Amino acid sequence: MENFPILSLMLGVPLIGAFICLFVEAPAARWTALIATLVEFVLGALLWANYDIGGPQWQFTEKLPLFAGFSWALGIDGIALMLIVLTVFLMPICIGASWNSIEKRVGEYMAAFLLMETLMIGVFAAQDLFLFYIMFEAGLIPMYLIIGVWGGADRIYASYKFFLYTLLGSVLMLIAMLWMVNESGTTDIPTLMAYDFAPEAQTWLWLAFFASFAVKMPMWPVHTWLPDAHVQAPTAGSVILAGVLLKMGGYGFIRFSLPMFPEASAQFAWLVFTLSMVAVVYTSLVALVQHDMKKLIAYSSVAHMAIVTVGLFAFNSQGLEGAMVVMLSHGLVSGALFLAVGVIYDRLHTREIERYGGLSINMPYYALFLMLFTMASVGLPGTSGFVGEFLSLAGIYKVSTLVTAISATGIILGAAYMLYLYRRVAFGDQKHADAAAMRDLDLREWLMMAPIAAAVLWMGIYPESFLAPMRADIAALDARLARARPEGDAHLKLGAPKPAASAEHDAAQEGAH
Amino acid sequence: MDWIASLTLVAPETMMSVSGLIVLLVAAWGGDRQARGITWLCVAVLFSAGLMVAPALCGGAMGADAQAFQDQFRADAFASFAKLLIYAAAGAALIVAPAFFERVRAMRAEYPILVLFAALGMSIMVSASDLITLYIGLELNSLAAYVLAAFLRSDDRSAEAGLKYFVLGALASGILLFGMSLTYGFTGTTNFAGISAALQGGMGSGALFGVIFVLAGLAFKISAVPFHMWTPDVYEGAPTPVTMFFATAPKVAALTLTMRVALEAFGPQEHAWRQIVIFAALASIVVGALGAIGQQNIKRLLAYSSINNVGFMLIGLAAATPQGASAMLVYLAIYVAMSVGGFVAVLMLKDADGAPVENIADLAGLSQHRKVLSLCLAMVMFSLAGIPPLFGFWGKFVVFQAAVQAGLIPLAAIGIAASVVGAFYYIKIVKILYFDEPAMKATGKSDWMHQALLALSALAISPLGYLLTVGLGGLADKAATALFFAV
Repeated sequence: MENFPILSLMLGVPLIGAFICLFVEAPAARWTALIATLVEFVLGALLWANYDIGGPQWQFTEKLPLFAGFSWALGIDGIALMLIVLTVFLMPICIGASWNSIEKRVGEYMAAFLLMETLMIGVFAAQDLFLFYIMFEAGLIPMYLIIGVWGGADRIYASYKFFLYTLLGSVLMLIAMLWMVNESGTTDIPTLMAYDFAPEAQTWLWLAFFASFAVKMPMWPVHTWLPDAHVQAPTAGSVILAGVLLKMGGYGFIRFSLPMFPEASAQFAWLVFTLSMVAVVYTSLVALVQHDMKKLIAYSSVAHMAIVTVGLFAFNSQGLEGAMVVMLSHGLVSGALFLAVGVIYDRLHTREIERYGGLSINMPYYALFLMLFTMASVGLPGTSGFVGEFLSLAGIYKVSTLVTAISATGIILGAAYMLYLYRRVAFGDQKHADAAAMRDLDLREWLMMAPIAAAVLWMGIYPESFLAPMRADIAALDARLARARPEGDAHLKLGAPKPAASAEHDAAQEGAH
Repeated sequence: MDWIASLTLVAPETMMSVSGLIVLLVAAWGGDRQARGITWLCVAVLFSAGLMVAPALCGGAMGADAQAFQDQFRADAFASFAKLLIYAAAGAALIVAPAFFERVRAMRAEYPILVLFAALGMSIMVSASDLITLYIGLELNSLAAYVLAAFLRSDDRSAEAGLKYFVLGALASGILLFGMSLTYGFTGTTNFAGISAALQGGMGSGALFGVIFVLAGLAFKISAVPFHMWTPDVYEGAPTPVTMFFATAPKVAALTLTMRVALEAFGPQEHAWRQIVIFAALASIVVGALGAIGQQNIKRLLAYSSINNVGFMLIGLAAATPQGASAMLVYLAIYVAMSVGGFVAVLMLKDADGAPVENIADLAGLSQHRKVLSLCLAMVMFSLAGIPPLFGFWGKFVVFQAAVQAGLIPLAAIGIAASVVGAFYYIKIVKILYFDEPAMKATGKSDWMHQALLALSALAISPLGYLLTVGLGGLADKAATALFFAV
């Protein structure tokens, strides 16, 4: 297992599947895609099982000098491992979600999804700066096609906006990367993570990377592509967009911005905090007034991602761990919520909240799942959402009380819009006959929902399984950031110890009793 | 330098001239019925010429050993790199032509011969190390090209394209000659090395005007903004195989020629021309991108795309370093592959009667009935936009890398940000191909020759192209070393 190129295999399997899908009929394409993603899932599980916690920082490394200027260098640490596991876990579910709802051009659809999977794993596994960039950018092509071909009514506008927004964000990062490689003489990410760039240069480099990751994340005010893309994308597209693609932004911060430019990160922490605080409050309020379910969840994603950025820039291990858990949890929960919307969209072909109501009467199992995911999104203890948000806020509390206070309102507002959504969809009267006639989950939908529900509870009850592989990497990052760590605003003072005499006096008194 | 050595160095050009004349006689007696045979004959000539110049590139020929006729002509690695691209592009333009012209009964034997002579002219251009050689090569190429543009005699647009190209080309040649005469007047020589030596100490305003006029004349040939106006009209009007030829081979020749003139002859005064090149680069990127947005005709769109691409290549020239020169050559090679792919795909767009479909709106939903063709066209579009993992990204990558290494970071940042504007119209084509409802216009079948050529170029611009980076980069480095060796 040691020298087996498992990461290359994981990149290759979906690619081969994609080629096959292009040339076969619809049913065969569905099965090919399902088998390919399940094989990936098994490989991902093997990867996790064989990952040596406490072993070397970079495992499963491969390096082939295939290209001029950069190399085929792969390898993962615990952070990348968790995100890869998230990807391979969600992909079969996405294929399942598209099983019946995609009717035209199935082969091309499945090919685009499988290509997407290769590129996502490539982003997390790349150990070469330019290989990372290629994978990161290439993801635009399949996602553009997925939104544009199989999306809703306004899909063309949404696909343009998605493509151009994210492209503009990323190109400046390329120039920054070229400069970094020119300066340091290496394209190796682990080496660059330990390379100290001059603080003045860091400022510019950080901004260039920020332009890319902030759009990808997305942070307020460059989040506007996200609601459009989500609303227009097919269900599985939304799942993968919310579940994995947004995580690339957070991964970028944790892999590039923080360790490579610690001084600049500290310098710009206020910017990140400000944008995140605005995002938490503003997008939560926007979510509250949405009529479209997908749009509501999309705005809630922006708010959750703001908690991630706050946690990341807290510069301590609680904040970083919390940010990672929020990312993983949000990947599962928002994915599940989009699936839940997809389930009822497939039946009634509308996402208008008003058109539903009282679903707990005719779809009790559905309502149960929806409640679990709603609670996880709110951050109820026992679900994955709680662990991440608690850790993130605990991390930021060490730095700033104000930022913590405002970010914490996100949880209250989150409870407001999610519970309000749940009330309108699942409770109340059955206002519409067609909505009341919908049947409950079928086997396929059970198979999609149940694993996510199990994972959400697992992460909520025993987060150690997920934190353990990342702990050493986060500690290393924490140590790297130590030199730039901002001072907290809680100026703790050690009180003067009580005079010894009084203690004796107390003892004497006790003795007297 | 003795005559034998000089003649050996010009052997590929001599072979092409002699073969061209022989083929001309064959055409005169054989008539147009022999056109297909003559086409293949010319392809064979180009292929053997390619075999003859390849050793100079692989061996990295440079310096005195590569100079012929008292340094009027250089057969160094740099010239060989460009020649190989030119011959390949000319060969592709020959291969696709018969199917196109035969439909309108216009396949005449002159076509391959004109392409052969144009290639010969370009071959001389890229080897020129003297202003006079430069001019001879340039005019030999241009005269053939004017005729080629107007090759469909009965078609008004083709005649118009030929006339426009001729009038504006003559104007540009005049500007170039004026610049050359100023340069000669102020430096006392027409030899590049001599000009370089004369400019070593400093440059008066007279010589500066010479530089400006020479660069303006060359900018016309590479269709860099602000001398780009002729490009869309000529590209649209000329027969598609000819457009494909114009978009590839003369671009390579004129750009490599510009590199030699700027980096060698005017090399000591790089600050004098760098601003010009930077302006032309950024203006070409922006105008090429904005101009393309409103186009209805795919050939006009590709014309603007070529203007846009020239802008990116000029960024490599602005760096004025061996890395920049090498990056330009890599970009040129990739650009030729992309353009050939793009134009072959356009040639394959035919309606049921075989008439060409050029209107972009008629391509709507092409992906639903011509899967492979649309996939290739979409790949070309993404590649031209420079989106990884397609190979077009690598061209932009090396050019921007060279600019960053030369310290031109603002130029690189502005250039790459402007590339996003260009991405808009490329993805618009993809949108029309994939998202729209089928118009079912382009339903005609195409022959295997086109399909093979398209498959070849699609393979080259696919991610598999990255496997070529080591070899391509190595050859381009050798060529750039040869160019800078003389400096």
